[in-house]
Formats: sequence, structure tokens, C-alpha cells
Amino acid sequence: MLGETEPEWLSEEVKTGTTIIAIEFNAGVVLGSDSRVSAGASVVNRVMNKLSPLHDKIYCALSGSAADAQTIAEIVNYQLDVHSTEIGEDPQVRSAATLVRNISYKYKEELSAHLIVAGWDRRDGGQVFATLNGLLTRQPFAIGGSGSSYVYGFVDAEYRRGMSKEECQQFVVNTLSLAMNRDGSSGGVAYIVTIDEQGTEEKVILGNDLPTFVDQ
Amino acid sequence: MEKRCADARVKGVSTGTTILAAIFDGGVVIGSDSRASMGGEYVSSKTINKVIQVHDRIFCCMAGSLADAQAVTKAAKFHLSFHSVQMETPPLVVAAASILRELCYKNKEELQAGFITAGWDKKKGPQVYVVSLGGMLISQPVTIGGSGSTYIYGYVDAKYKPNMSRDECLQFATNALALAMGRDNVSGGVAHLVVITETGAEHVVVPGDKLPKFHDE
Repeated sequence: MLGETEPEWLSEEVKTGTTIIAIEFNAGVVLGSDSRVSAGASVVNRVMNKLSPLHDKIYCALSGSAADAQTIAEIVNYQLDVHSTEIGEDPQVRSAATLVRNISYKYKEELSAHLIVAGWDRRDGGQVFATLNGLLTRQPFAIGGSGSSYVYGFVDAEYRRGMSKEECQQFVVNTLSLAMNRDGSSGGVAYIVTIDEQGTEEKVILGNDLPTFVDQ
Repeated sequence: MEKRCADARVKGVSTGTTILAAIFDGGVVIGSDSRASMGGEYVSSKTINKVIQVHDRIFCCMAGSLADAQAVTKAAKFHLSFHSVQMETPPLVVAAASILRELCYKNKEELQAGFITAGWDKKKGPQVYVVSLGGMLISQPVTIGGSGSTYIYGYVDAKYKPNMSRDECLQFATNALALAMGRDNVSGGVAHLVVITETGAEHVVVPGDKLPKFHDE
């Protein structure tokens, strides 16, 4: 028909233009993410939970191409299940991160997803691993996704070692809120997952409950 | 990335910069880093001052092609001094910002420069204006610009408070520049800051080793 083209979201790649953060505190880890999935200029899902479980006490945060990231998470979830059955106990966070890294590195040309892996295990407590581009590195905190550029300064200034669980949760919520305010590809609600020896706690903070800052 | 490098070689110097300006109680702080680089590979100057004085109490910071910015500020300085002689009074900050905006808007095809103008005048006190790349002019209490500014949007949003004291604002500006220089590889060197109040303008230079350090340094 004259002038009729398909809506752009059918032809644009679906990306989780995103803000994700994972941070270690004295007895565990806190992971956080926004909930926006965009295809070009359209928001195709405004409530997606980008914190995906790899095992009971190991989660990963997804960013980049939504399809690639979800697939990696599902494959590693399966591989980790097999591995933990073989060793007869809960897997280490480092093992999960290594499995993610192996896929990211081997298929580095075809995939464009960055997963941050974080969790708690009996040997080393709370740990956060970044797996960008096939590198494996343990860090006290890691941020990723398009919205993370805007909050590098904030996290550099505000992160302190040895924060308590509540301080950590507040820090994650503040960081997500600042990034969502500035990044067009991040928004919606904030998902927070806290993992420690006692267990895993998932929480959602709705848009109007997020902290607000001085608006210019 | 390649296009940006090619532009840099053609125009001479690149957009690698962090600039900011913030209003406090009684004045305004304007500041920048001091690195000039060619396409992110070579630092052509470690100590360039990107804070230019266009009148006694009006300063501006340039971002974008430094060559374009220098040419524009030179023309603006001339127009502004002529204007203040005609009016027989020190110029308003908005006049300086408007002159920059006219030049940027009329020549938007050839130029690649943006400005932050900050100053103090008797009519409205401390003010900060932003002239963006295409020639839009807006007034804000705090503003940041340049490639390094992406990394400190979160910090500035969280930490800027209206009506800070002079020292609090100076510390805020120094921290913001240090954080941006820490993450952006085309910003760096020393922090050039100017504090403008009713009584005059004071330069503060914070050398690299005196910049605040954060958790991983």
C-alpha cells in the first residue's frame, strides 16, 4: 500500500538497553536492574526482570542483546545444574562465572551480551564477577549496560568497602534511579535481589517509589 | 570511532573534555580539565586552559573542536567589549551567552563547538548558560559538558544542592572533575576552576596529584 511500512519495532533488534549493577557487601551480594527492553525507539517490554537465576544462590544480570543474554543465562543454568549434581553440592560463584565467560569468549564475534554474575557460596562468601567480552574478573562491584556510563562517577565516589546489607540495597537503588533518569534506554521499575547465607530475597521497587534527586 | 578520529585530524583537536559550571550562594564556579588530544591517541597538550575570560566577571568553557571554540570566543570577546562600551555598563551574562549563541546558530554547518557561560552581573547575580552544538541557549543552575561529562551525570544529579557555600561548591566541582577524568581517557591533567562573585574572579588550579582520590586509587 502507498506509504505503509511495518512498525519499526518489528525490524529493530531487541536490546536490553539497560542499567545493571552488582555489589558485594560484608556477607553477600546485592544485584539490581531496571526493567526496560527497547527495540529502536519503542519500549517493547517495560517490566522485564533482567536478574536471572543461574542457581539457588547465584544470579546474573543481563544486558546487551536480549536474545543473546537470555540464551546464555539459560544454557549456563542447565550446565550449572549438571555440574552441581556431579560434585554433589552447591556450585561456586566462580564456576558459574567461568561457564558464562566460556560462552562469551568462544562466541564473541556472534554474541553481543554482557552478563554480570554474582552470588554467595560457602568458600568465599559474596562475590561479583564481570564477564565483558570474555574477560573474567572479580570486582567489589560491577556496573553495566547503556545506563552505566552515567553513573560511573557516582559509584566511584560513593562506594565504600564493608557496607551493611541495607546500605548496599540503598546504594543500588540510588544508582539505578540516577541512571534511569538520564538514560533513555533504561527505565520502568527497579528489581533488587539480595543473596546471603540465609537465602535469596527478590524485591521490586515501583517507579514512583524510587528516590528522586535535584532536577535541573 | 573512526569518523571521530578522522574529524579530529581534520579539525586539529577533538572533543575530549570535561567542563562544568555550578551556581552557589553568592556566585558561580566554572571549571574544566586540561587535556587536548588528537583522536584519543595522542595528548597534544596536558595543560591547556579551557576556561576563557570574555569579560571581568564572565567566563566561558569550550567543548568540541578547540580550534572552532577559540575562534568563536575571540569573535565573542570583541563583540562583547564593543557592546559594553556602547552601553557604558558591564555586560550582562545573558548578553555574552547570546552572542555565543548567535555565532553558533548562524554557523552551525561549519562549527562543532558548544559552550558553558558563567558569570555574575548586577541585574541577576550568578548565572550559568549553556549553548549547545546547534545553537540552543538555556539557563540552568548546574551544567556539565564534554565527553567526560557522561560519567558524572549520576554524581552531579545526586550531589548538587542549590545554595551551597563557596567551599562546598568548589569541593563538589573538584570531585566531579576528578571522577570524570578518572573514567574518560580523553580528559585529564589538572583541574582549572574559576570562582566568580560580586567582588571578582579567582582562579584555582588543582594539580593532578592533589585531586581527590576515590576508593580504587
